[in-house]
Amino acid sequence: MPSRREALSLSARLATLLSLTGLMPNLALSREGVYRAAFEAHSLAELSRALGVQAPIESRELVLQAPDMAENGSAVQLTASTTASGIKRLLVLVEKNPNLLAALIELSDSVEPSVTTRVKLQQSSRVFAVGLTLDGRCLFAQKEVKVTLGGCAA
Amino acid sequence: MAEPTKIRAQLIPSAPTGAPTSAMVRILMNHDMETGLRLDPSGKAVAAWFIQTVVIRHLEKTVMTLHCGPAVSKNPFFQFTLRNARAGEKVSVQWIDSRGETRSDEATIA
Repeated sequence: MPSRREALSLSARLATLLSLTGLMPNLALSREGVYRAAFEAHSLAELSRALGVQAPIESRELVLQAPDMAENGSAVQLTASTTASGIKRLLVLVEKNPNLLAALIELSDSVEPSVTTRVKLQQSSRVFAVGLTLDGRCLFAQKEVKVTLGGCAA
Repeated sequence: MAEPTKIRAQLIPSAPTGAPTSAMVRILMNHDMETGLRLDPSGKAVAAWFIQTVVIRHLEKTVMTLHCGPAVSKNPFFQFTLRNARAGEKVSVQWIDSRGETRSDEATIA
């Protein structure tokens, strides 16, 4: 179990990452505009935009299944699922990719809140699964994935 | 025209008879998902070209929308569980890529 200090620092870092993706609820952009901006987020350089977002909370209600080690970064299978109620969107973020956001899934009541997909990892990186509720709550789970052969060019 | 999307939708047996059943849906789309970072043999970057939006429908109703970036793997794979599914019903998958190309396929739940 991480210490409180580690947990807080991680939460702040993820808030920054998420604000870069432009998905936090205080942004008054159209949804398409938000998603476009979200996928174009590149780096941590725009830290200033981080201010004013609701801090993401690491939660056991969100589960990220990923391999400890992946031989080939061009297709790493991840499963993001949640037991929390009211999660309407699931996000998969790869911290060290050129673009943070890999995939964003809009769920409905007709599907279980659990999705498996394959993503590219440029290098060994921390991977986040993030769940967003309509009322702006933000839960996440994380896992470190080691990559032997990067998938950036794949 | 892009290659067809492979879709498998299989009922998951549920214990009590008569209860609503779920179906496991697996989707494999045929797409190169170019990131824009890969170099061709002459050293020039290959332009980014990837699936951006995937809409999944069951009984004509949208049940899930996927938004992808270039970091989704080549030939994108998605798996999820559909609630209240019955054998014989259709699941359709429609994608649109960053060049505006689109493809729609459907499968029957078995």
